[in-house]
Amino acid sequence: MEIGLSHYLTVAAILFTIGIFGIFLNRKNVIVILMSVELMLLAVNINLVAFSTALGDLVGQVFALLVLTVAAGEAAIGLAILVTYFRNRGSIAVEDINMMKG
Amino acid sequence: MIAALFFYLFAAVAVASAVMVISARNPVHSVLFLILCFFNAAGLFVLMGAEFLAMILVVVYVGAVAVLFLFVVMMLDVDFVELRQGMLNYLPVGATIGLIVLVELVLAAGSWVIDPKSVATHAAPTPTDITNTEALGRVLYTDFIFYFEAAGLVLLVAMIGAIVLTLRHKQGVKRQDISTQVARNPANAVEVIKVKSGQGI
Repeated sequence: MEIGLSHYLTVAAILFTIGIFGIFLNRKNVIVILMSVELMLLAVNINLVAFSTALGDLVGQVFALLVLTVAAGEAAIGLAILVTYFRNRGSIAVEDINMMKG
Repeated sequence: MIAALFFYLFAAVAVASAVMVISARNPVHSVLFLILCFFNAAGLFVLMGAEFLAMILVVVYVGAVAVLFLFVVMMLDVDFVELRQGMLNYLPVGATIGLIVLVELVLAAGSWVIDPKSVATHAAPTPTDITNTEALGRVLYTDFIFYFEAAGLVLLVAMIGAIVLTLRHKQGVKRQDISTQVARNPANAVEVIKVKSGQGI
């Protein structure tokens, strides 16, 4: 059986759904929420590369590279905010974050 | 045949480790399963013929982002058992929304038809005589140079932001003060005292 575009799109759809499910499942743990977001961005990247190779157009891979850059920056900033928040409050529970509103 | 076998292997391990990422009891295990998931996604990229992105995925995600996650998980002294309280309360709504999204994705992808006219017009057609890395470089540094520089700016802002957020000067710690060190001279640092013999100071 030939592996085509639809196979990769199916894997990406499943990974994206797992990411969304992870955000709801771990409502209290910011670290796992950030990891779920990374999973969703990975699914998007798989989609972009699958379309890029299926259509024979390199722009999709360039775009996947940019998504990768933004994902790395997002993880760095998110974890930095998490460390600062933990220093201030002593916990990383998500529901306490609205207490920081000014 | 062998490509199909490897596709199913990579896809199955990637999906299984993604499930373990969101359901593992210990966040350290979550991070390790995330690394496994990224490795298998890199394998999928290789199967698709995007070798450069596969290597970037391994280097950037496994080498930098996942290690950053691991570092933060181990550095913060968090009671993760408490954070898992009430996880089952969120299970039904999460499963419902996940199922809805999956059905929508399948419906959208299943009814998708690619217009042959749009396939005929490529912004950057994939060359066949050079490697993927070289082809990507030729496109990235010419047609998409501004996007490339914008990506560099994003990384710069992320770096400065992370430093500003986490840098902290503790009170009561002795630090090197370079300006006072440089400003010292013999006139204010050395005192010459004549001591008569037989007398202390």
